[in-house]
Amino acid sequence: MNGQIAQAWGLLPGYLAGHVILSASALVLGLAVGLPLALLAARSPRVRWPVLALASLVQTIPSLALLALFYPVLLALSALALKLTGHGFPALGFLPSLLALALYALLPILRNGVTGLTGLDPAVVEAADGVGMTRTQRLFQVEIPLAAPVMMAGVRTAAVWVIGGATLSTAVGWSSLGDYIFSGLQTENWVLVLFGCAASAALALIVDQLLALIETGLARRSRWRLIGGAAGLVAGAILALAPRFAPAVGGPAYVIGAKNFSEQYILADLIEARLHDAGARTSLRSDLGSAIAFRALAANDLDVYVDYSGTLWTNVLGHSDTPPRAELLARVGRELKARYGVEVLGSLGFENAYALAMQRDRAASLGVRTLADLTGRAGSLTLGSDLEFLSRPEWRAIQRAYGLDFKAERRFQPTFMYGALKDGEADVISAFSSDGRIVADHLITLTDPKGAAPAYDAVILISPRRVGDERLKAALRPLIGAIPVDRMRAANLSVDRDRDKRTPAEAAAVLGAEIGGR
Amino acid sequence: MIALRNVCKSFDGGRTRAVDDVSLDVPRGGFLAIVGESGSGKSTVVKTINRLVEPDTGTVQIDGRPADADPAHILRRRIGYVFQGVGLFPHLSVAENIGVTPRLLGWEPARIAGRVDELLDLVRLPRAYASRRPDALSGGQRQRVGIARALAAEATIVLLDEAFGALDPIIRADLGQDYRRLHEQLGLTTVMITHDVSEAVLLADRIAVMKDGRLLANGTPGELAAGDVDPYVRELMDAPRRLAERVAERLSSRDPGARDPAGLDLVRGV
Repeated sequence: MNGQIAQAWGLLPGYLAGHVILSASALVLGLAVGLPLALLAARSPRVRWPVLALASLVQTIPSLALLALFYPVLLALSALALKLTGHGFPALGFLPSLLALALYALLPILRNGVTGLTGLDPAVVEAADGVGMTRTQRLFQVEIPLAAPVMMAGVRTAAVWVIGGATLSTAVGWSSLGDYIFSGLQTENWVLVLFGCAASAALALIVDQLLALIETGLARRSRWRLIGGAAGLVAGAILALAPRFAPAVGGPAYVIGAKNFSEQYILADLIEARLHDAGARTSLRSDLGSAIAFRALAANDLDVYVDYSGTLWTNVLGHSDTPPRAELLARVGRELKARYGVEVLGSLGFENAYALAMQRDRAASLGVRTLADLTGRAGSLTLGSDLEFLSRPEWRAIQRAYGLDFKAERRFQPTFMYGALKDGEADVISAFSSDGRIVADHLITLTDPKGAAPAYDAVILISPRRVGDERLKAALRPLIGAIPVDRMRAANLSVDRDRDKRTPAEAAAVLGAEIGGR
Repeated sequence: MIALRNVCKSFDGGRTRAVDDVSLDVPRGGFLAIVGESGSGKSTVVKTINRLVEPDTGTVQIDGRPADADPAHILRRRIGYVFQGVGLFPHLSVAENIGVTPRLLGWEPARIAGRVDELLDLVRLPRAYASRRPDALSGGQRQRVGIARALAAEATIVLLDEAFGALDPIIRADLGQDYRRLHEQLGLTTVMITHDVSEAVLLADRIAVMKDGRLLANGTPGELAAGDVDPYVRELMDAPRRLAERVAERLSSRDPGARDPAGLDLVRGV
């Protein structure tokens, strides 16, 4: 417990800096767009309705979806910019998070701005005209000062929303306090999840109180409150951002990607450790969605990550046939190179296939050993799956090959999926063949006699811009063929189990020691 | 000094006229009261003078120049404007409220401060009030600050739109008399709107009567009460005297329960 908290504290400066720089930028952008728009909307009822309706509409989009939607949009824009000007921009990480959060901040800024400006005593506005103020003088000397407390209340709401929402930026590859929450959830490390929540809540409360100081300063015309609040915000931001400005030393920084499950964290940490040993600087982008990770690599937003041959074959390359394992691996390598310029450095030596799994006793009592045995029985069983399995082409292939039609299909976070199987909420789950919990929970994986699903060899992918980088490739080559599936399972289990948990970094260190310096 | 010629204004695209062909002259130093019921268009007429309302047709001249010769805010800095809502700026002190137009005109701070003290004396408020906020003042005190603000930039024309309307009767009479004194002392030209004929008779040199956007009569109180005028005007001018008689009669009456519906109508109608 203490070790986990100490580890969490160690990560805090980096995560907090990411969180603060993102939230502050989003809030500033939201203000820069929202305040002029609020002035316009307050003056013209014809602008007011559509602007407020649009801002409300944005608010109805779930924040995670909004963040995710910006990625493909920015990717397309970046490609366009590259074509037109010769310079692209990273579509992953900061930019999609910034835009989505700034949009989120708009509604309270706009709504309170309009309410504040249109709710003024008409006598005061008439007096401002009567004493001979111009429109601009009226705005800055009378309307804005009087509406400021209401507008400021909107800014406070926006700030709290943005700081809370910034935890989701982890999913599009921007490090924030959300990294605690996402990776804690994946590895069932509830201390980490709570730590992330508490840190984000504390940040939101502090910022809210400083803004409240500014708000009462505006309402009571108290200069020291204004200065105190503003100074607090600036000092806090500088303090939080200090780690960002620490001088960077030594060569290019490699960006290592990881999808959102334990094995990916461990492998990313393993890759990072090897690159550090080679004297390189690195940064980590964890918790990426499966599709986002590859597109980010192809766009050079990532330099290296581990993916699986079957996933690349069906989801990225769009094939629906299932060639034998070795042929599939070879063709994936050739086609990725040709289409995206991405290099498959090699296979790590194990497979992490989607495999339907059942509890051993339950499977025995039903007499189920293979997927073919499920045909006909599926109608009385419930399938539990992770979030993406049911939308993947592999599932459709299996479903078609064996005619599986389950009574119900339920989606879980991978962590909860195993719990659902244990509790009887699901009879069959979409497990991963390298998952340590298969052994630990006494599960059996159902074999695939028709070969409907492709093979899923874990492979290291190198981004187009690093293809010629021999230092990188030399550092990673010893990993090729070095990780048998039982080692990977053991490493995964050491992170996922309930007691005596290891962090992914610790598990990676153990795994690295086992492989040795080959 | 102020000359309106054939001023018309409609707020509904021409279907009805809030102001219908009104012509008026107020000479330098004159004190004109415009009386009429609510909706008679008297406020609209006055607002064409400081261009809070722009006439559809007709002309407004101030000092022999068209009112729209300069931008509206330049004109308004030369014309004091006091209205029923007062509209003191709640975020500014009394002194800042009074000094607002001089500040817009770019006066030196020292000159503004001197002018604020002078005006507090003129409207008979203690100088110590300068640093107070408007919400710490009574209704009558606020209206005095409103008058001081209107006069601050040495305006020679003052428009009073029901300026004393929301005050209780004693303060109202006091403030009216005080304003009339200022009008004489500073040589102001004043246009006052009121629905209270007694107030108009007591304070103004001339009275204009408006009904349904039209000017029915324009003359001294005596002329309007005696001359050959519209029956509505005569009834209106007669009202204060009849009311006064009725009040005297009731006060001396032995039977306070007696009711006279006509008398109550008068109270309501005037």
